Amino acid sequence: MSPSTPRTTADRWRRRTAAATATVLTCALATACGAGQDRDDAESPADRVGVTDDTIKVGGHFPLTGVAAPGYSEIPSGHQAFYDFVNAEGGVGGREIEFVAKDDAYNPTNTTQVTNELVLSDEIFGMVGGLGTPTHGAAIDFLNDEGVPDLFVSSGSRQWGETPEEYPMTFGWQPDYVIEGKVMGQWIAENMPDARVGLLLQDDDLGADGEAGVREFIDDQIVEVVSYTPSNTDIAPQLAQLQAADVDLVIGFSVPSFTALSQLVALRLGFDPQWMYTNVGSDPSLVGSLLATFSEGAVADGASLLDGVITTEYIPGVDAPEDPWVQLWQRVWDEYGEEGEPLTNYRIYGMSQAYTLVQALQAAGDDLTREGVVAAIEEAGGDFEGPGLAPFRYSADSHLGLSGMRVVQLEGGVGQPLTPVLTSDLGDAEVTEDESAAGDAPPESGIPDVEPVG
Amino acid sequence: MPALRPRLGSSPLLRHLLVALVGGAVALAVLTAVDDFRAGQLAAMAYLGIAAAGLTVLTGLNGQLSLGHGAFMAIGAYTAALFLGDVEPAAPLAVVLLAATAVASLVGLVVGLAAARLHGPYLAGATLALAVAVPGLAIYFGDTLGGEQGLSVRVPEPPAWFADLLFFLTAVDPSRGRFVAYLSWFVLIVVLVLLANLSQSRVGRTWRAVRDHEVAAELAGISLTRARVVAFVVSAATAGLAGALMAMVVRLTAPSGFTLTLSLTLLTAVVLGGLGSLAGALIGAALLTFLPQVVTGIGSDLGLDDVQSAELAPLVYGVVMILVILLAPAGLVGTLQGWRLRRRAAAGPAAPAVPATARPSDPTRPSDPTRPSDPTHPTHPTHPTDKAGRA
Repeated sequence: MSPSTPRTTADRWRRRTAAATATVLTCALATACGAGQDRDDAESPADRVGVTDDTIKVGGHFPLTGVAAPGYSEIPSGHQAFYDFVNAEGGVGGREIEFVAKDDAYNPTNTTQVTNELVLSDEIFGMVGGLGTPTHGAAIDFLNDEGVPDLFVSSGSRQWGETPEEYPMTFGWQPDYVIEGKVMGQWIAENMPDARVGLLLQDDDLGADGEAGVREFIDDQIVEVVSYTPSNTDIAPQLAQLQAADVDLVIGFSVPSFTALSQLVALRLGFDPQWMYTNVGSDPSLVGSLLATFSEGAVADGASLLDGVITTEYIPGVDAPEDPWVQLWQRVWDEYGEEGEPLTNYRIYGMSQAYTLVQALQAAGDDLTREGVVAAIEEAGGDFEGPGLAPFRYSADSHLGLSGMRVVQLEGGVGQPLTPVLTSDLGDAEVTEDESAAGDAPPESGIPDVEPVG
Repeated sequence: MPALRPRLGSSPLLRHLLVALVGGAVALAVLTAVDDFRAGQLAAMAYLGIAAAGLTVLTGLNGQLSLGHGAFMAIGAYTAALFLGDVEPAAPLAVVLLAATAVASLVGLVVGLAAARLHGPYLAGATLALAVAVPGLAIYFGDTLGGEQGLSVRVPEPPAWFADLLFFLTAVDPSRGRFVAYLSWFVLIVVLVLLANLSQSRVGRTWRAVRDHEVAAELAGISLTRARVVAFVVSAATAGLAGALMAMVVRLTAPSGFTLTLSLTLLTAVVLGGLGSLAGALIGAALLTFLPQVVTGIGSDLGLDDVQSAELAPLVYGVVMILVILLAPAGLVGTLQGWRLRRRAAAGPAAPAVPATARPSDPTRPSDPTRPSDPTHPTHPTHPTDKAGRA
């Protein structure tokens, strides 16, 4: 220690103290600017955020990167293509639709951040197509607290539409997993009444709701239930358990990657039951390409491995190129889609959601408000005619989406119908035949034409 | 008064409190000035910063490498989520935060006892297993812990006095998100003050002694096990506290939020900023919070589509990481300090550098040439983690 050190230190600290005091005072002054105003003046109506005379801004969170990205990252491109198509024809009520897709990598922590960004920074009018059950679970409270329409969640969990009094701004879109389970269960009860059934469930709403639905019909046929968590890719023990229980039919409520894994593991185990998968996990081209990747090329034609697999269908897909809806999607994609990229079922999914959004905006009328669009869907949504094979269930009491689907069997990547369209609802509602919404065609222009309500 | 000045300079506590006061005032001003979205980002930065600060103390000061701090955050977050569930009335916030800290400390104590016997890659492996296992527990006990889709967290209403005070200052009622941002920064500052004091106290010196030379430390009468366990518990407690705040910021606690990526993210924040430096941990946390969003925004502005600009973020993140390790192996703060020290040394030996212990944010002096054996000073850009975990 040289004798000069204390003084140097003291000097330095005196300077720092002065600087610090100045900073504190400045900050205090700066923050005190708003003092003394009346509280009532601070209210500002947020009902028209994201809407101008010639634009409407919407957005959603999707896994654009990470493990869930294959397939799902194509959904926003479908949205975008359809909005471009509608905008080229003058938009909705003279307003062009701007669409923002944000990446959450299927991690709820990121979903919170990008939802904040969409609502607070991008100032969207509403969210559309937010994807994933755990991810959207991180956004739903915030969206409802802020009064932001939360339209057409890309997940079949019942929580998006079962309790509109709790989540007034949120609407489901695809059929929920409960009715999917019921439709499957009824088909099995009628067509395979003696089958020993095993369930392969994903450890979330997909598995739990699906199981609840299936059990409505074939509770006594189920001999084994196994589940997997998406974070663990080793599902050999679960499949060995199903094999040991000697089941004839396995129903998989699984996402595409685990559909592929279950097929590979079953091949290895020499386990060959009848397979049935949820619509969520049965896209033949995606599962086929995943099979090729996971098996490192050993399974070259993955789609054919799914031959004979039973699944469900609620909107027409690329396997039905003659369907008027698919022809519309093809036309839109050829003109407004990404160069060199094919039309896929995920892009069709996105375009179908976009179609419903355009209907909702039309129904809300030119005087577009957040409350207004919610009221319009509740009032008119049940009558929206779209690509869905069954009608929507939208009303003031239910925000659940499409009410039904049909059971199909895959042959060469094409779904061959096994049943007419079957509709149902949560709980013990019956499964009934309802072809009223199937077999229709889009309007000539390709743009929906819904009358404003009220 | 003249007597006060040297005391102000020589008492770490007073100095830290002063820095904290300035930092708090700046944070208050910034949080008040920014919009709700930035406030949310700053809240995320705060909880990452808290956890990273806890980790940097463990890895930088005590030389133990943990790849499992995400697990402690998960424990804190789930504790908070259980308190802040749908049950009314929710427990007072202070209780929630303390409970999360306490539970994480307890688990940290158990893990720390095991960790004290492990070295380097073995410790890394054990903590790695923890990071993988803990989210699995939430799925196993799905009925209580919500399984894969997690527990939703109701963010508490700001207390009336806080709302009134903030309204008086800014004329705007604070949203819940903004309240959590203020809370997070308040906690961040308190944690930084406590950790800075701790690292300069006898405990901190003990940790460094254990890190630098086990035998010498033991000869000096230091219990190696005790020092390591205490460091681990402090670090785990900090991570638990960060997890509780994370639960409130994210509004949901689900296993997919606590993947291995989170643990590695914390380590990245520490390495980017500089091992052992609290300021570095904060800078690392800021980089990790703001970089992806800014890069994605730049990507969109350049005309990339949504997927491409989303893919740009991990790319830039990786490049930044590689550049920092190649060009600034001691981390951003560490390299800056090294550069300052060298410049001061070049200026002349008459002005000796302030002893490391007199600066709040750089307890390890990573670039001090007199301490070549410092494990937090990866002079060569080769496996800094090996060295850090060597102890």
